[in-house]
Amino acid sequence: MFRKFGKFLLFLYELFTRRESLKVYWKRFIDECMMIGVDSLLIVCIVAFFIGAVTCVQINANLVSPLIPTYIVSNIVRDMMLLELSSTFMCVILAGKVGSNIASELGTMRITEQVEALEVMGINAASYLVLPKVLAAFVMFPVLSVLSGFIGIVGGYIAGTATGIITPEQYIYGIRFSFIPFNMVIPIIKSAVFGILIATISAYKGFYTRGGALEVGKVSTTAVTNSCIAILIADYLLAELLT
Amino acid sequence: MIEIKNISKSFNGRKVLDDISGVFRDGETSLVIGASGTGKSVLLKCMLDLVSPDTGEVFYDGREFLHKSEKERIDLRREMGVLFQGGALFASQTVFQNVKFPLDMLTKQSEAEKRDRVEFCLKRVGLEAAGSRMPSEISGGMKKRVGIARAIVLNPKYLFCDEPNSGLDPLTSIKIDELIQEITQEYGTTTVVITHDMNSVLSIGQNIKFLYQGKKIWEGDSNSILTTHLQELDEFVFSNHALKQLRG
Repeated sequence: MFRKFGKFLLFLYELFTRRESLKVYWKRFIDECMMIGVDSLLIVCIVAFFIGAVTCVQINANLVSPLIPTYIVSNIVRDMMLLELSSTFMCVILAGKVGSNIASELGTMRITEQVEALEVMGINAASYLVLPKVLAAFVMFPVLSVLSGFIGIVGGYIAGTATGIITPEQYIYGIRFSFIPFNMVIPIIKSAVFGILIATISAYKGFYTRGGALEVGKVSTTAVTNSCIAILIADYLLAELLT
Repeated sequence: MIEIKNISKSFNGRKVLDDISGVFRDGETSLVIGASGTGKSVLLKCMLDLVSPDTGEVFYDGREFLHKSEKERIDLRREMGVLFQGGALFASQTVFQNVKFPLDMLTKQSEAEKRDRVEFCLKRVGLEAAGSRMPSEISGGMKKRVGIARAIVLNPKYLFCDEPNSGLDPLTSIKIDELIQEITQEYGTTTVVITHDMNSVLSIGQNIKFLYQGKKIWEGDSNSILTTHLQELDEFVFSNHALKQLRG
């Protein structure tokens, strides 16, 4: 366990040694942003929309007291989306998509000797292949998180108003009621941290793949489960630190 | 010239390479042969420092390699070209981009110079028309040829080929062998080929080292390999029925 963690730290150190020129990284960074960010837009929008909608319906179903004003429904939807669902839940979903993609890509490169081909050329394969992915995850995950927060609140609005749970005016009032601006920053910080965790853990798993196609599948699964565990632990620590 | 001295390597207590020494000369195609699992590929990886040997030294034209600083090793590696078993082409790049990759990463040439060099190398391996194709769209033999083009694009002093014929039909295998030999003679490279293909042994084996259970037990050329009487070598060389009949 400690040995593996030590190897992971050495792997992280390796990312920042013997770096290539910025020009080389820039092109790879843009490509990775497309893969991690743009290619994940559809899944993020669909998931966020329905999470927001379901949250609105569920809260309404469980808050039946006449003493609680209706606008509290959208108030809770807002806070749940901003504080937890748009960052933690969304990143768990993205760990499945992005994490497995990174692990299987690097794993396949390893077993087909593409990583060795880079090393033989004197290129730091870890830095060349992984650093752009980590930076892209660091930049794109907060963007996706902000987007999912917005889409989730819109999803709640559409579900709430279409089914008569809440009027549009009450929903908007609830969203604006007792708003704390720092709550907008929390999902950005959390998703940036989760993005780094997913990218580094998945890359580490993929980079040290040994064996054949079967092992690539296995490391891909391990990368996702390990990333999810890391996200949940980090979520607790960040919740303690930020709230 | 490449010289290896007393290379040994164990994995989990199992000795894969046992005190291997030898010389690979300039302008010559040297073959390391042996049955599967005898340590041929591990020896190649030790020579490239992709696997660290437990003991031993590797000298490239008298320059010790394994115990140098990282920077010096990287500089020396840039004098090497390697053809990996499956070609090891980057799946997300076209054939042209694959061959150009070492130039992009390791040189400061202009785009025009790079294009000329890549076109020359692709022409040299007979793939001038395949530049725009992806690795997934070309055959195994073509992948090997692209791998050779990428390996020679920086004019290496040392060329390593790991099982260049694996997975290829006999005719394509012969063409790949001929290409490797032509390149060796044209550029005077020190070429090391890892193989267990007897056609290659007989056609391009100017210097042959035979490994058996991690030890080098015989060294010679393609003529002497057929006349040497050594049980382990006989079992390997004459496993082919036609060759057995040839020997009588």
